[in-house]
Amino acid sequence: MIDRLRQMHGPRAWAALAIGALLLTAVVPFVAPAYMVPLLGKFLCFGMAALAMDLVWGYAGILSLGHGLFFALGGYAMGMHLMRAMAGEGVYRSQLPDFMVFLDWHTLPWTWYGFQSFPFAAAMAVIVPGLLAFVFGWFAFRSRIGGVYFSIVTQALTYAATLLFFQNATGFGGNNGLTDFKRILGWPLHALETKRLLYIASAVALCVTYLLCRFVVTSRLGRVLTAVRDAELKSRFCGYDSTRYKLFVWTLSAMLCGVAGALYVPQVGIINPSEMQPSNSIEMAIWVAVGGRGTLGGALLGAWLVNGGKSWLTAAFPSAWLYVFGGLFVGVTLFLPRGLVGLLPKIRALLPRRRARPVPAPVSEPQT
Amino acid sequence: MSTAIMTDHDDDRPTPIHLLPVSDGARRPLSLWVENLSVSFDGFKALDDVTLLLEKGELRCLIGPNGAGKTTLMDCITGKTRPTSGAVYLESRLNELTRLSEVEIAGLGIGRKFQRPTVFQGHTVFENCELALKGPKGVFRTLFARLDAAQKKRIEEILELIGLADHAQRPAGLLAHGQKQWLEIGMLLAQDPQVLLIDEPVAGMTHAEAERTAELLKSLAGQRTIVVVEHDMEFVRSIARNVTVLHEGRVLAEGPMAQVQKDPRVIEVYLGE
Repeated sequence: MIDRLRQMHGPRAWAALAIGALLLTAVVPFVAPAYMVPLLGKFLCFGMAALAMDLVWGYAGILSLGHGLFFALGGYAMGMHLMRAMAGEGVYRSQLPDFMVFLDWHTLPWTWYGFQSFPFAAAMAVIVPGLLAFVFGWFAFRSRIGGVYFSIVTQALTYAATLLFFQNATGFGGNNGLTDFKRILGWPLHALETKRLLYIASAVALCVTYLLCRFVVTSRLGRVLTAVRDAELKSRFCGYDSTRYKLFVWTLSAMLCGVAGALYVPQVGIINPSEMQPSNSIEMAIWVAVGGRGTLGGALLGAWLVNGGKSWLTAAFPSAWLYVFGGLFVGVTLFLPRGLVGLLPKIRALLPRRRARPVPAPVSEPQT
Repeated sequence: MSTAIMTDHDDDRPTPIHLLPVSDGARRPLSLWVENLSVSFDGFKALDDVTLLLEKGELRCLIGPNGAGKTTLMDCITGKTRPTSGAVYLESRLNELTRLSEVEIAGLGIGRKFQRPTVFQGHTVFENCELALKGPKGVFRTLFARLDAAQKKRIEEILELIGLADHAQRPAGLLAHGQKQWLEIGMLLAQDPQVLLIDEPVAGMTHAEAERTAELLKSLAGQRTIVVVEHDMEFVRSIARNVTVLHEGRVLAEGPMAQVQKDPRVIEVYLGE
């Protein structure tokens, strides 16, 4: 057990992580200005999505351009619960969500059954993306669809889902989506306390996600994933069923994305089909590329830097954002194939050495 | 999948229709046998009715000019290519391999070294051996898998044997060509299969390294069945008692090296080049 923890991180890194986690969960929400709390909470959710993305892309070499779909499905599950939790308090004072009254529906569609229960909705936020990913992945990986073809199919999948959710008849609020939420588990959503709690929940979820991802990538399974990425045929001749490994990590990643989406929706107060648009999924890939794929820290860094930049730029120079974003992607792809994290060793090499430091332990030591 | 040879014996041994010259000593039980295997790609016959019998513990060299079908034969045995007709058996008539996947075949105990050295570039030398190690290969088993002391020792022994002990923590992608060849052989040893299919083991090796490889392979034969594809005739002479010559997808000749070398057809297509 202790061995396994040491394999995940050295003692110093664990200490740094603990301090970071403590600051993130217990200090930041109380010192940040009130308007920043939901914004930062949103970033935490993006961070989780970036970790999930890195798991499949960075470690297993599967570039998904459809992860926004899993994120949005988790978000819809939570949004549906929030709508059901305020039954009778909408504009029309109906037991049905407002948009259904507006569409002149009189009964709840079966897809909404059970969502008045929070545990049910929370489970669905994980199960629905997971199940979709599993079924999709089953067919794709079994037919040995890989590389750019796989990416294109995921992009098509999320686009198809966008079109489906845009329709009123699908039953999830059409292009307006779900919004005007009132409270979560009885807590009013507009209150600062609730926002802090949601932030803290996201921070804890992010820490757990990080630890889970770290556990996976430092396990032998993690090494098999990278082996499949680098030489799939060889891994099969070594006896590893690469299809199952890919399916595992793909499904896990989709489920993590679902959790991120479910935490995101109460903090931004709306979920609609634009969250599923292909561009959102591409953005996720860019976060990871900018930060540095194949390192969990890099994925987090990328998600936060890009989104921080986006928040600032869209306020300061609204028209410049897309150019900067596009330029960033091109620049990183051309000059920083390993992302910003890939710069670290170079910077370290430039700095004058004060005294001989012990050689850092290799990333993945052999197990004992 | 049609099996050309029909037999109503309970005996595991196929009815020998080709009365091939069998090795000098007493006949041992068969380990791997290929019956009337044919593969065509868009009408081109890469393998044409190939039959190959390998006894347990035998070390067989497979030679033949480029395009003779050597690699295709290995692909068929390991499940990478599906044959048009014919069958491949391991140990028993119950284990017919041509319907199985690469993973299942690997699980039954057939290991393969590729023509171009294929190692996991991003992993260290040690990790490469760890990944190859014999044991459960399922998703959830590997998620919680730990190396025990015996396995660790085994890997260290292998690294010592293949001369890469000092490179254990280096990424395999940084190794020299010959070292990668060795690592791949080491991975085969870690995998501990009953049958080893080895494609061009000494390409890119120095003379001394090739000699060590020959020693290693000879020491493994007897316990394992080994098939080696090699172009280096000197190397083949140094290890093989029996060779099979493939030419244009057919078995041209088979027998002890000395005898095959004298075969005028072999000289014409291959040795006398």
